[in-house]
Amino acid sequence: MSTPLQPSHAPPIQVHALRKSFDGHRVLAGIDLEVARGETLSVLGQSGTGKSVLLKLLVGLQRPDSGSIRIHGLQLENLSRQELTEARKRMGFLFQNAALYDSLTVLQNVCFPLERQVGLPRRQIEKLARGLLAAVGMEDHAEKLPGEISGGMQKRVGLARALALQPDILLCDEPTAGLDPITASEIDALILKLQRERGMTSVVVTHDLPSARTISDRLALMSEGRILIQGSFEELQSSRDEFVQRFLNRRN
Amino acid sequence: MAHTIGASLFGARRAARPLFGAALVSLVEWFGEIGPFCLQLLRGMFVPPFEAAEFVHQLDELGAKSLPIAALAGAATGVVLALETQETLVRFGARTLLPALLIVSLMKESGPIITALLVSGRVAAGIGAELGAMKVTEQIDAMEVSAVDPFHFLVATRVLACVVMLPLLTLVADFCGIAAGWITCTLTQSISLQLFLENGMKYATFPDFLPPTLKTAAFGWIMGVVACFQGMHASGGTEGVERAATTSVVLSSVFIIVSDVFLVRLIQVVYP
Repeated sequence: MSTPLQPSHAPPIQVHALRKSFDGHRVLAGIDLEVARGETLSVLGQSGTGKSVLLKLLVGLQRPDSGSIRIHGLQLENLSRQELTEARKRMGFLFQNAALYDSLTVLQNVCFPLERQVGLPRRQIEKLARGLLAAVGMEDHAEKLPGEISGGMQKRVGLARALALQPDILLCDEPTAGLDPITASEIDALILKLQRERGMTSVVVTHDLPSARTISDRLALMSEGRILIQGSFEELQSSRDEFVQRFLNRRN
Repeated sequence: MAHTIGASLFGARRAARPLFGAALVSLVEWFGEIGPFCLQLLRGMFVPPFEAAEFVHQLDELGAKSLPIAALAGAATGVVLALETQETLVRFGARTLLPALLIVSLMKESGPIITALLVSGRVAAGIGAELGAMKVTEQIDAMEVSAVDPFHFLVATRVLACVVMLPLLTLVADFCGIAAGWITCTLTQSISLQLFLENGMKYATFPDFLPPTLKTAAFGWIMGVVACFQGMHASGGTEGVERAATTSVVLSSVFIIVSDVFLVRLIQVVYP
């Protein structure tokens, strides 16, 4: 049974006391987080601190041990499979390695969610998909397979696919990981442009500090399964916490 | 983890617990997880949306492309049966029974079980590796977050294709086995095809043909479910994919052989 929808002014993402362990190893030790409508939050932290797990919990790919996640006021843990599917239609997810369907072409990858969720004729779906590919600068590669394009291009296609159902929440897992600085800044610029155009609420998991500064309204730094500090980049900079300073200044 | 049952059983993974205890626990866990998996699969089969295009694609991929294997296996079985039984029957002066023995034996048991085992080698390994690779590269997660149920798109289509195609492939194997058996008999002592079939079919009854052929649908279900389950639960990169492919073949072959014992007895009870 789902919780009734909250008033529209409620933050679209609300996380409270979220805990998650794997085989006795605690990954998240009580996360409290809110993301306001249209806001972009970057979650920073060392590798293995549970950033990606947090993102997968937000989209319902994993279930928390305790705590609550509310997406548009709906408590995720209480949703039936059907309700979760409906909630996911309002969320886009960009995977760290793009996770494109490797047996489908770039165009078919973007068409895939549209064909199943949008009741439109095939020709119109293809037109929509080509429009999305144009928005990420990939219209000339529509007929290629994912294995035939670079990692940066795959991220672009992944982004186009994540945006296919016109979500109002975008979740990005390491969007610039493994990319050269120029391609990384192109991806940043693309995310920023799409956010401005579509006014989406975004959570970006990254350990790329320059990227986080560029695309975020607010940063949250995770350590040992908790949010250590959150605020603007300047607020994080002014923190006297040793870990925060080490992280921001790339010191050991 | 339950899906590593094959790995535990065959010593591919070192466990802290004694091997037998670990294998037993894995076995129980595996059966505990396959039940809910089958329920989700049934929901994927009978609750819309139906992925008709993907189902047809899988009929071709898993069924039509297994046709040469099924035909070859059937033909080889027919030749071996003819060669082996001919000598024995001649010794007892019952050579005229050769067509009947060949046809009944092929239709009742040899055709169905050999087809199922050979096709499971190809199909189960293929499904296990494909879904395993999709799992470890997060393609199945990507499908879920796109609000597409992988049980509808990936599992139901593949299992259903296995269920539909196995009896059809068995018919092909039976046909090729009978044809090859006739050719083998003709090479030693000429016998017309018409006489061969007339002699053979005289002794073949309905329970010798239809129930054994249809029981391969159950073999199709077993290989489809086991391979999809192993693939959907793969973890650990390339090694995980390899493990999913291997355990898919081993487990589906073992379960096919074991289930055959029960199905044969069931057919005997229903058609005494």
